[in-house]
This record gives sequence, structure tokens and C-alpha cells, in this order.
Amino acid sequence: MTVTILAFGIAKDIFGASSIDIELPADALASDLKLLLEDKYPRLKQIRSYLLAVNNEYANDDLVLDSRDEIAVIPPVSGG
Amino acid sequence: MNTYIHISPTPLNIQSCIDLVMSPSCGGIDVFIGTVRDATKGKQVLRLEFEAYEKMAVSEMQKLADRAMQQWPVQKVVIHHRTGVLQVGEVPVVIAVAAAHRDAAFEACRFLIDTLKQTVPIWKKEVFEDGEVWVSATP
Repeated sequence: MTVTILAFGIAKDIFGASSIDIELPADALASDLKLLLEDKYPRLKQIRSYLLAVNNEYANDDLVLDSRDEIAVIPPVSGG
Repeated sequence: MNTYIHISPTPLNIQSCIDLVMSPSCGGIDVFIGTVRDATKGKQVLRLEFEAYEKMAVSEMQKLADRAMQQWPVQKVVIHHRTGVLQVGEVPVVIAVAAAHRDAAFEACRFLIDTLKQTVPIWKKEVFEDGEVWVSATP
């Protein structure tokens, strides 16, 4: 399945785009996507930390992804 | 309605945030106003650029407002956050909390700004004369 990943802050700089498409096996977990992203964009491993958000909620590593999910990479936040 | 959450690319109106929480049954309003500082670690900041994952940021700010309403006897909560390019002295965030008594308003307001900075998906980039950096992004 193809999923679209939204990127913000430093993640947008690392991807060079505000969204990217990634090919994932069916029933992939959030942790699988993280490994794939880190493999494709090694600079992700150099930032302090990052989380995935799925459908506007922070996602645990064991969450099963669906092609209809809205997925975003959330680097360390710094609002306020 | 007792909570007011808003993200805006236009300047925040501090007085209207206060007006939203003003209530005859409240004896105090606590207001936090974030402002753009002119330096970080001694280095001059030219401007800040704020970016939000807007839908999720609104939902996370709503969660914080709801938690504050549950944890403290506060009656009204406003959280307004700005996005886009802000110059030194401009206001990226306003939080206003009204309660019958001041202790709850102070504590809830402190909780809201501290937790917003940890959980709400908003990012700021500091722009210096010789470069720019996403705040907190790198070790």
C-alpha cells in the first residue's frame, strides 16, 4: 500500500518536501514505517527525537497502519 | 462554551482573549503572553517563523484545555497561537484562564503553557544573521 506522510519543521527540510509517498507492506506497523523512513532519510536519526501522528493522534510503535490514515512525522515541538 | 482554541496567521488580540474568559462568577483572570525575544544564548535573533500541524495542534490544545478544566476549578480557558513570521516583540501565544479564586487560575495557566510547549505540534525556527535553526530539533 502507498501511504502519504506529512512533514513539519525540520522533517520537512530533511524530506525536502511537505509530504512524501512511501510504499509499505499491508498491515505495516508504525515502527516499520519509522525504520523505512530512517533508512531512506538517515538525517532523521540525527535529530533529537521524533514521533508519528496517525489521524491527528500520537501513535505507538505497534499501531497497524492503513492506506487511508493521515500520517505525519512530528519532530520535537517548540511552540509557545 | 468554556474553552476557546484558535490558531491564526494574523496578530493575536490580547484584549479579546481576556474578554472571552471574563465572567461575573470569576474572581480572577490569569494571562500568559508569550513574546518574541531578541536573543538566544547571547546571539541576536532577527525573527521567528512558526509552523503548525493545524488540525492536530487544535485538537491537542483542546485536550489541554479540557484537562485544565478537570484538574482545577477553573471556569474558562483561552489558548490562541499565532503562525507565520513574527518579529521581535510580537506575540506568538496568549493563554487566559478565569477562575473563582486565583490559585486555580495561576496553576492551570502554568500547566497550559508548560504542556503546550511539550505536546502541541507547533514548531519555531529562529532566524539569525548568519543562519537559521529549528528550535529543540537537534541534540
